[in-house]
Amino acid sequence: MISEILQTLPQVLVDGLALGAVYAVVAIGYTMVYGILEFINFAHGEIFMTGAFAGTAALLTLKSAGLLGAMPGWLAYLLAFVIAMLLTGILGIGIERVAYRPLRKAPKLISFISAVGISFLLQDIVRFIADLKTGNFIVTGITLYDSNLKVAASSLWSVFGDAFIKTNTIIVLAAAVVLMIGLDLFVNRTKWGVAMRAVAQDRDTASLMSINVNKVIALTFFIGSALGGGTGVLFAQQYGTIDPYIGFTLGMKAFTAAVLGGIGNIRGAMFGGILIGLIEMLASTNLGILTGGSFGAEYKDVMSFLILIVVLIFKPEGLFGKAIKEKV
Amino acid sequence: MSLLELHKVHAYYGAIEGLKGISLSVNEGEIVTLIGSNGAGKSSTLKSICGQVKIKGTIRFGGQDISTQPPHQTALDGIAHVPEGRRIFPRLTVKENLEMGAFSVKDRKIVKDRMERAFGYFPRLKERLGQLGGTMSGGEQQMLAIARALMMQPKILLLDEPSMGLAPIIVEQIFDIIQELNRTGMTVLLVEQNAYQALQIAHRGYVIQTGEIIMEDEARLLLQSEQVKEAYLA
Ligand SMILES: Nc1ncnc2c1ncn2[C@@H]1O[C@H](COP(=O)(O)OP(=O)(O)OP(=O)(O)O)[C@@H](O)[C@H]1O
Ligand SMILES: [Mg+2]
Repeated sequence: MISEILQTLPQVLVDGLALGAVYAVVAIGYTMVYGILEFINFAHGEIFMTGAFAGTAALLTLKSAGLLGAMPGWLAYLLAFVIAMLLTGILGIGIERVAYRPLRKAPKLISFISAVGISFLLQDIVRFIADLKTGNFIVTGITLYDSNLKVAASSLWSVFGDAFIKTNTIIVLAAAVVLMIGLDLFVNRTKWGVAMRAVAQDRDTASLMSINVNKVIALTFFIGSALGGGTGVLFAQQYGTIDPYIGFTLGMKAFTAAVLGGIGNIRGAMFGGILIGLIEMLASTNLGILTGGSFGAEYKDVMSFLILIVVLIFKPEGLFGKAIKEKV
Repeated sequence: MSLLELHKVHAYYGAIEGLKGISLSVNEGEIVTLIGSNGAGKSSTLKSICGQVKIKGTIRFGGQDISTQPPHQTALDGIAHVPEGRRIFPRLTVKENLEMGAFSVKDRKIVKDRMERAFGYFPRLKERLGQLGGTMSGGEQQMLAIARALMMQPKILLLDEPSMGLAPIIVEQIFDIIQELNRTGMTVLLVEQNAYQALQIAHRGYVIQTGEIIMEDEARLLLQSEQVKEAYLA
């Protein structure tokens, strides 16, 4: 049994990290908005999904214009990525302006319901457009990098099996790392980043410092949504096929990651995402082995939530969370 | 013409009327104090000036009508408000707190110069630049809050009960600094429950009670007034 688990471990780690990186970047979007407005932007999963479709649409358009063959793959990838980030970033600003800002003084539950409404709306709009353009709302996009690399983990230690890494897995990991480091620097080192934290800690006082709170909130939505949308493109490239409902499950997992790391804490969300990705892969590969076949990979999601519940029982504020908000 | 002028200002918290038509003015170079007991409407007055509460009436600053301005705009105009309870950003460092005071300043050099000038008044902050605001003592937080406001290089400083919860010796230090700032030309509107000390450093004073101004005079005359003595200096 142990040998079987070890055999698959290198592959599990590679896939778990890639999945975890996706969760981590999406989790940042939940945590940033929560940090500032103390409400869960339920529509964030759909923003991720919209990003996946936007990137895919960009590539399909390039192809039908005959441009895709003429440019290097990385350029097309980058183009799709940037287009999706800009579009979802602006979408995020728009959603905040129309659906959340008018409700800012209302109870949080009302904003939450508004967010649920936006979720359905986005699913339907994307479904409608995809159906109209391709005749089907399940879309298989263009995979730009489908080669595999072999990682000879067995030569490291003979109990390991070899792992195969898709080129895109490396791209996912690299992009996620760049985005996360970039965001971390922005939040901690720039004036607008510090202002964002100031607004999250005390909105009224921040406004007394001549900080335009609405601008900061819009910026938060732009960044969080663009990160989610960009990750959608990575996801579409990794798994090939997308549909308008991919945002729900993924959003739930990413949200779990954000809570696990301590909602409102950006580094916590990154860590929580990686952790959930690894746990999920470990569980889906090994549950069958561990239980002698009574529980299979289909129970993997339960594991993530089980871990979450255990953590929250002992540390309700999450792994990196601040106990309570200091308020005078 | 006064630098700051409130004319028949009412403040509303939903159905509750926190101010019932108050008028007051602050001239350039003055320390004016607004004294009154709990719930009298002192904080509401400062919040009205900064656009943090819904009001009726007019507020003018430097001749401009600022009655309906959002808070960040008022700050840009040169009104610095040190709020009740200091309201330091707890999880920003001392340095970051100060930098937020100078948020509208683009030139880093100017920010640095202003910080140095603030350290002139509050040398202790300089040793604490990396400390999180929330972990400072009450007195240090009050100093940081005032220093943060000075980073704006404001035309007027609004102080909401800077003596609250502090030891007498710290209060004295802070009042000394307020006076010193005023000598270098800073206009101050000082809200206090600590009427005796406030009146001692102020030029003029207003007494507020249940949302209405009930007395106004030179500070030294208010100090001698029987009514004030009885109600606020006992
Ligand atoms: N957020 C609020 N919601 C409802 N009523 C409020 C609010 N803030 C103040 N009030 C009411 O407005 C009136 C004036 O309050 P204000 O805070 O201005 O008093 P204050 O003079 O600053 O008192 P203190 O010395 O206790 O700080 C009070 O009756 C208070 O209950
Ligand atoms: Mg008050």
